[in-house]
Amino acid sequence: MNTMDTPLRDGFPLLAASPDLHYLDSAATSQIHRSALDAVARHETTCRANVSRGTYRLAEAADRAYEQARQTVARFLNAGAAGEVIFTSGATASLNLVAHAFGNTLKAGDRVLISVAEHHSNFVPWQMLRDRTGIELALIPVTDAGQLDLARLPELITGNCRLVAVTQCSNVTGAWTDVATLVEAARKVGAKVLLDGAQAVQHGPQDVRALGIDFYAFSGHKCFGPGGVGVLWGREELLAKLSPFHTGGGMIGEVTPQATTWAPPPQRFEAGTPPIAQAVGLAAALEWMMTLDWQQIHARESRLCELLVDGLLRIPALRLLGPESSAARAPIVSFDIPGLHPHDICQVLDARNLALRGGHHCAQPLMAALGIDVCTRASIALYNDETDILALLDGLSFALRELA
Amino acid sequence: MNDKDSLYQDAIKEFARAAHGHGQLAAATGEAKLDNPLCGDRVRMQVSVTSGHVAAIAHETKGCLLCRAAASVIGLHAAGQDANGIEAVAHDLEGMLQEGAPVPPGWPELSMFEPARRYPSRHGCVLLPFRALLAAMAESEMKRVQR
Repeated sequence: MNTMDTPLRDGFPLLAASPDLHYLDSAATSQIHRSALDAVARHETTCRANVSRGTYRLAEAADRAYEQARQTVARFLNAGAAGEVIFTSGATASLNLVAHAFGNTLKAGDRVLISVAEHHSNFVPWQMLRDRTGIELALIPVTDAGQLDLARLPELITGNCRLVAVTQCSNVTGAWTDVATLVEAARKVGAKVLLDGAQAVQHGPQDVRALGIDFYAFSGHKCFGPGGVGVLWGREELLAKLSPFHTGGGMIGEVTPQATTWAPPPQRFEAGTPPIAQAVGLAAALEWMMTLDWQQIHARESRLCELLVDGLLRIPALRLLGPESSAARAPIVSFDIPGLHPHDICQVLDARNLALRGGHHCAQPLMAALGIDVCTRASIALYNDETDILALLDGLSFALRELA
Repeated sequence: MNDKDSLYQDAIKEFARAAHGHGQLAAATGEAKLDNPLCGDRVRMQVSVTSGHVAAIAHETKGCLLCRAAASVIGLHAAGQDANGIEAVAHDLEGMLQEGAPVPPGWPELSMFEPARRYPSRHGCVLLPFRALLAAMAESEMKRVQR
């Protein structure tokens, strides 16, 4: 049973109801905080109506709640304006939106630079854009420690580079990207920068202006909010120049039989009924996150990460993926034990109430670069504690015996 | 829990270790490579079919214990079977995993996968080598018809 920091854990209904569960798969989906659940229920039972359409009081209440959620996201990201926040169905949708809307501004021969470490959702959309338009798609390789090899930037950020689109933090190795170096190199050739923040947001509020980037994507379900909602943040002046991705209701200026004009951002990019209650729930989760002492949480997450890494490195033949230094990584720890398949490991661990992910983690190019097909991943969030890590290390010892 | 109720009972580990049929055929008449996108299991299955019956199979299986053990059972039993026989076994095995149907007749070792019934996400691991075998036999038949 988890005994430390129960107030934090108790804020998560599923964890509070499952005291013996060691949930170490927050990189896939974090648990939902009570404030987000309550906000969704409150919205659906007091404000449920469509947005940007009705003039009756209920619809206006829904409008207010939805736009307040946008403002909360803007504060969480330290965005310049709430209008820079676009609600989507998730980070994948946000990344696809950029690949289409920004992609439409590119021409054959322009270069988009991504990295080998990308999740498929920031890989495949660019491959498809390349195949549609003839752009060049170049890859930043990774070092042996699984970090983006930014020493290669001078040769990769060429004069025709229009966009650098990379992960802020690898969903496999946990390695943080050196965003400042990347942005500096991109600016020299006038390239825009998109950060996939899917793994970063659960580790604290972000500052898109300090990062100096142009686009930022993340999902609600990875930062203690509901599923089905995500965010694309983009610089106002940049969004204003882009055409929509999806089309339909809510995103038009005027439709005539001959032609259609577009609404201004962010509505231009929110065709159809958006995930209203989910956006409200996400905002509640972010509001809660903004009340926390993140310095303390980071110190705790780093300590747990070090405890886990130290324990893993004692297992003979185990190969730790990613940087050993906890400062260089988010608390996402993947490893490979030759001869043992991650699915078998995870199955044995599940019998001991340990929830971990095994597989290629939607990052097959990274797997290939690391010379493996699959690996096992433990991801730590603010509700984990030492008992989770010790249970995992003990469970791995058991799995090694069970599967031998 | 008895060993026979355990997902990782000794029989599965022994079959995976034995890897019956592992390797390549010098003269395959059909071949298929199948992946399980969920977990990255990968099976390359080769068959040599003569007069509609499997003369030999060989497989290269990268995957979990369940997948490797299932491929190993195929290596032990597939020779002499025709396409209908393999289809029936695959169908019965799916029924055993999903609905608790009896163990496919003539393939008693497949009973070791009965505990996997409790884990639907693992059914694909057991079935992948059988799907690869069926695909390889289909390719063999297509080539025969085209000749």
